[in-house]
Amino acid sequence: MTAERPTSEQPTPEQPVPAPPVPGRFGAYGGRYVPEALVPALEELDEARQKAQLDPDFTDELARLHRTYTGRPSILTEVPRFAAHAGGARVVLKREDLNHTGSHKINNVLAQALLTVRMGKRRMIAETGAGQHGVATATAAALMGLECTVYMGRVDTERQALNVARMRILGAEVIPVEHGSATLKDAINEAMRDWVTNVGHTHYCLGTVTGPHPFPEMVRDFHQIIGEEAREQVLELAGRLPDAVVACVGGGSNAMGIFHRFVPDDGVRLIGVEAGGDGVETGRHAARMATAEPGVLHGAMSYLMQDRWGQTLETHSVSAGLDYPSVGPEHAHLRDTGRAEYRYATDEQVMDAFRLLCRTEGIIPALESAHALAATLDLGRELGPDGLILVNLSGRGDKDMHTAAEWFGYVDEEGNAR
Amino acid sequence: MSATTATGTGPVLAACREEGRAALVAYLPVGYPDVPTSLRAMAVLGENGADIVEVGMPYSDPVMDGPVIQRAATEALAKGVTVDDVFAAVAAASEGGATPVVMTYWNLVLRRGVARYAADLAAAGGAGMITPDLVPEEAGEWIAASDEHGLDRVFLVAPSSTPERLATVTAASRGFVYATAVMGVTGARGAVGAEAPALVERVRAVTDLPVGVGLGVSDRAQAAQVAGFADAVIVGSALVAQLLDREPEEGLAALGALTRELAAGVREGR
Repeated sequence: MTAERPTSEQPTPEQPVPAPPVPGRFGAYGGRYVPEALVPALEELDEARQKAQLDPDFTDELARLHRTYTGRPSILTEVPRFAAHAGGARVVLKREDLNHTGSHKINNVLAQALLTVRMGKRRMIAETGAGQHGVATATAAALMGLECTVYMGRVDTERQALNVARMRILGAEVIPVEHGSATLKDAINEAMRDWVTNVGHTHYCLGTVTGPHPFPEMVRDFHQIIGEEAREQVLELAGRLPDAVVACVGGGSNAMGIFHRFVPDDGVRLIGVEAGGDGVETGRHAARMATAEPGVLHGAMSYLMQDRWGQTLETHSVSAGLDYPSVGPEHAHLRDTGRAEYRYATDEQVMDAFRLLCRTEGIIPALESAHALAATLDLGRELGPDGLILVNLSGRGDKDMHTAAEWFGYVDEEGNAR
Repeated sequence: MSATTATGTGPVLAACREEGRAALVAYLPVGYPDVPTSLRAMAVLGENGADIVEVGMPYSDPVMDGPVIQRAATEALAKGVTVDDVFAAVAAASEGGATPVVMTYWNLVLRRGVARYAADLAAAGGAGMITPDLVPEEAGEWIAASDEHGLDRVFLVAPSSTPERLATVTAASRGFVYATAVMGVTGARGAVGAEAPALVERVRAVTDLPVGVGLGVSDRAQAAQVAGFADAVIVGSALVAQLLDREPEEGLAALGALTRELAAGVREGR
């Protein structure tokens, strides 16, 4: 496992993170770097979500959907046979993989779909990398009778073909994006172009805690239920708070969701795990915190993988969901203040952890979530048998079967069983 | 109306007004089809009647651009165009007789350093900068640097802009205001957006700054139409398209011909 990323000038962990002084800013990060055409839509969205979050009609309806559609609260599962490989520390998983559509993404999407209806818009667009956010958006659109278009990089449509089929079966139009690296960032570019053109009747259901204000804050709020539930559940299970909360970080929505409720708990380490790809030294990775260079992409100031001129660099990960050159601005702020730590796991470490959870516990995790598991193995060894680690299992691995089967040599290049 | 300034695009816009016509603002990306040809193309624009040249810097994630400009930008980047080339292009456009402004996505400016970028732009003879993904609220550093160097800062307004937004954006602008005629990305369209005249009128209600209208203009007739209600007619994709899939000399000739047509168009508008 790779060493923890260097962090600069960390304040003492006891220090609480101060509230951002400016709306939409997390320290120096966040903001709203967008074409003027979108500003009215962002203002409308911000107003709508603030009203909605205080309106029992909205909050009750969302709670009802969580209960009767998503399957919340998601359970905690303790995984002792896996934990035996993690220095014997206790490891518990927050099972967001058991949500309807198979990941945490549905929490945010149902809320944004309700907002779309409240704003009087009839169409949702979304971008997707691994497909989980696209599937969740297609699902919510079907549930609420909205039109739905999902942008997905061509490379990702190929490695996540099954999820493309799921979206289409749910009635969504899936548009493969050929531009640039043909992955998640290019899908976001295309979704933003669509939004600029159709903003009158279309809501852009952004899938993670990036983008212009209010998205980072709003998406975090819609996911904070993960941490609220998990905190109560772990107290009930273990009688104490965990030593660490671990989550994978692409854009960072599942991590912000589980971290947020624990931020005031000074004794709880918050650990985000990025995609180390082939290894940070190879340049083929998505470990944004490793270089920690601020920049603007897709409407927000955050850490960004970029060349010396400011052009976005291509990223690499075995997991399409983490293959993104920037990261949610609140994560950049949590890193700078020292409240959260960021590590990375290489593709190889991830696949080993993936297989280990399958074989020891009968749970097939998403490759994104397997990054958190890989970090947990090391962290458990550091903490020893007294340690208690809460891991956000953000998604299930069905969508990654093709990648895994190829990686472990269970299928040949044509996809036939060996 | 005396909003034009003695620096930046002020003198050229004032001169066009004296002539009783709109200005022609012509966009091209640096580095397409290659850097040397693009520098010649920048000069061709002014030599054939463009008043202002918009020097576009290719960017990896151009969210405001349609397929034509995006394709040219992608190919230019693949061939290795860099931000340094922008300043050479600014000088080339100026040598062609037009007033150059840079159009760039914000991260490329941030990365160089806003103050350094502004100093380099001014030194190259640039009149200012158009920033498609920067709104005044995030532009503190740029406002300070443009003040220091006497550079225009051209922010965008759109049909979706509320009266409050129009007031905020125009108050922060200097030189001219860039009105996007349609909701959408760059690209030649069959018809100029029906919302454009109303938008220009709404802008004029809150500022004396000249108003340029862009997005969708591709020929002489459309240029004349827009010149009827705007102070500047902005053309991009249609010009870029002249260079696509052509040998450099042939492309430059086609570019010059279209520029002359558009220059004639802006003289027919009133």
